[in-house]
Amino acid sequence: MSKVLILAEHNGDAINQSTAKVLAAAKQLNPEAIDVMLFTGDASLAGQIAGHEGVNQVFCVTCGDNHDQLAASIAPTLADKGKGYTHVWGPSTTFGKDVMPRVAALLGVNQVSDIMEIIDANTFKRPIYAGNAIITVKTTAPQIVATVRTASYSADKTSGGSAQIEESALSTAAEHTSFVRLSTGDSDRPDLQTADKVISGGRGVGSEENFEIVYQLADKIGAATGASRAAVDAGYVPNDMQVGQTGKIIAPDLYMCFGISGAIQHLTGIKDAGTIVAINKDGDAPIFEVADVGLVGDLFKIIPEMMEKL
Amino acid sequence: MKILVAIKRVVDYNVRVQVKPDGSGVATDGVKMSINPFDEIAIEEALRIKEQGQADEVVVVTIGSNDSQQQLRTAMAMGADRAILVEADQAVQPLQAAQVLLKVIEAEQPGLVITGKQAIDDDNNQTPQMLATLWNRPQATFASKIEFVGDNQINVTREVDAGLETIQVALPAVVSTDLRLNEPRFVKLPDIMKAKRKPLDVQAMADLLPNATGEAIEVLQHEAPQPRQKGIMVETVDELIDILKDKGLVS
Ligand SMILES: Cc1cc2nc3c(=O)[nH]c(=O)nc-3n(C[C@H](O)[C@H](O)[C@H](O)COP(=O)(O)OP(=O)(O)OC[C@H]3O[C@@H](n4cnc5c(N)ncnc54)[C@H](O)[C@@H]3O)c2cc1C
Repeated sequence: MSKVLILAEHNGDAINQSTAKVLAAAKQLNPEAIDVMLFTGDASLAGQIAGHEGVNQVFCVTCGDNHDQLAASIAPTLADKGKGYTHVWGPSTTFGKDVMPRVAALLGVNQVSDIMEIIDANTFKRPIYAGNAIITVKTTAPQIVATVRTASYSADKTSGGSAQIEESALSTAAEHTSFVRLSTGDSDRPDLQTADKVISGGRGVGSEENFEIVYQLADKIGAATGASRAAVDAGYVPNDMQVGQTGKIIAPDLYMCFGISGAIQHLTGIKDAGTIVAINKDGDAPIFEVADVGLVGDLFKIIPEMMEKL
Repeated sequence: MKILVAIKRVVDYNVRVQVKPDGSGVATDGVKMSINPFDEIAIEEALRIKEQGQADEVVVVTIGSNDSQQQLRTAMAMGADRAILVEADQAVQPLQAAQVLLKVIEAEQPGLVITGKQAIDDDNNQTPQMLATLWNRPQATFASKIEFVGDNQINVTREVDAGLETIQVALPAVVSTDLRLNEPRFVKLPDIMKAKRKPLDVQAMADLLPNATGEAIEVLQHEAPQPRQKGIMVETVDELIDILKDKGLVS
């Protein structure tokens, strides 16, 4: 029987929804037990995990000086605990991608990256080549260390659980690595990774100033905002808005994009969206091959018209 | 200081990869091969650090088939001083790649290792982190900026989901690159000629690492992704809004 240990993720104030997504995936293994390990400066966050049904124990490891964000500091503790489990899983977010391969190396196993489907306790599907191919992989390693592709799972929303919380202090803080700062593009808009609706813009938007109309439309319908790599590279928007192979992989109910051509690296980030709407002035743009609804036209005419009619 | 850059030969990012009908893999015959784009950024960064006087030698290494010599030559045409090919007749998985690279590190004693955050074929995003772990040194993944801050320390700005995180790590360390770290230079013809004369050392993986540990993950099958259903084109904003309202996506 399987025993799963999950690495929890948080943003300082709340547990990140990626944790509930990994939990949803773990439950598909029908395991004997699921435990969660949380590294945090604020032990009160553990309660947010303990309430999920099906979680047995939360190991809450308190950390000073932001060591909870540093892979080199937390991986040894997670790997050591992981020896008692068949599966050690984390989210395929930048946090999980940073930490989990260190855990795998400490346990002497290769990692299964970006699980998108579980066949059985040892067999999984995952994307390669930016999602152009899907492979089925099998491993019989004593610990299956993996990251879970969060866009493939809906967050576990159960409540009423009463996992035990065991607190300890981090004893493996790295001396060679320290946290300096985090700058976030603070916005009041919904979080791109969890939003039901996303409006995004690409190089076609043309400038930072022009992006204002994209934001206005997003605010009008309560959407989060995203962008293509070209828009980020050109400095129109901050990096945390990038959607795609090397940005965020998202699965909103509605993804509406303006002035994005639809490069494969962008499409891999939106494959799981419910409805894709594309607006582009070039009728041959590849984005129209995947869009559920396409409209050929100038975004600078179409956005104002939508603002007026919505 | 010496910088070691680990690179991989992959199918060029412009190629639309196709799964073979029998599911045994993806079609690579006659397909354009290139340096993994993230690794190209790693080479560029190493060269810039050398040009700023913070390093005196840039060594590129790859693990792969003999054909990978092409990519090493390109790296030397960009400006790397010499190259090492660890010849392997089969694809290696991240943990084994990290074990091989550790052997190279032991021989070369670099002060900094830079490599792409992921290879765009397997999209694993594991090798740099595993290498840092086996080497018992810090890692700074997904770098968009590297700054030397004196006394063997670097500040690395990392592209993370929440924005930009800066961490400080002591050297030697492993840095993995993200796309916005730099824009790689174009290779000029005379440099290609010059690169032919630069040293390229070939070693057999079996000699360098006779006892790789950790089982490989078995690949059972390749398949094409589920295509999305064909959508519709509308002519006007009104039609578009009607559809969105019908689906309950806007009110
Ligand atoms: C290793 C690697 C990883 C990558 N990762 C990502 C990633 O994660 N995410 C990502 O997005 N890209 C990624 N890319 C880049 C990707 O290949 C494309 O270059 C990028 O997505 C293009 O962005 P774009 O569609 O905004 O720009 P373009 O391709 O330049 O398209 C702009 C579009 O805007 C349209 N347009 C122009 N003006 C108007 C107007 N007035 N009204 C309506 N339409 C207009 C044009 O017709 C055109 O189709 C990656 C590339 C590589 C090599």
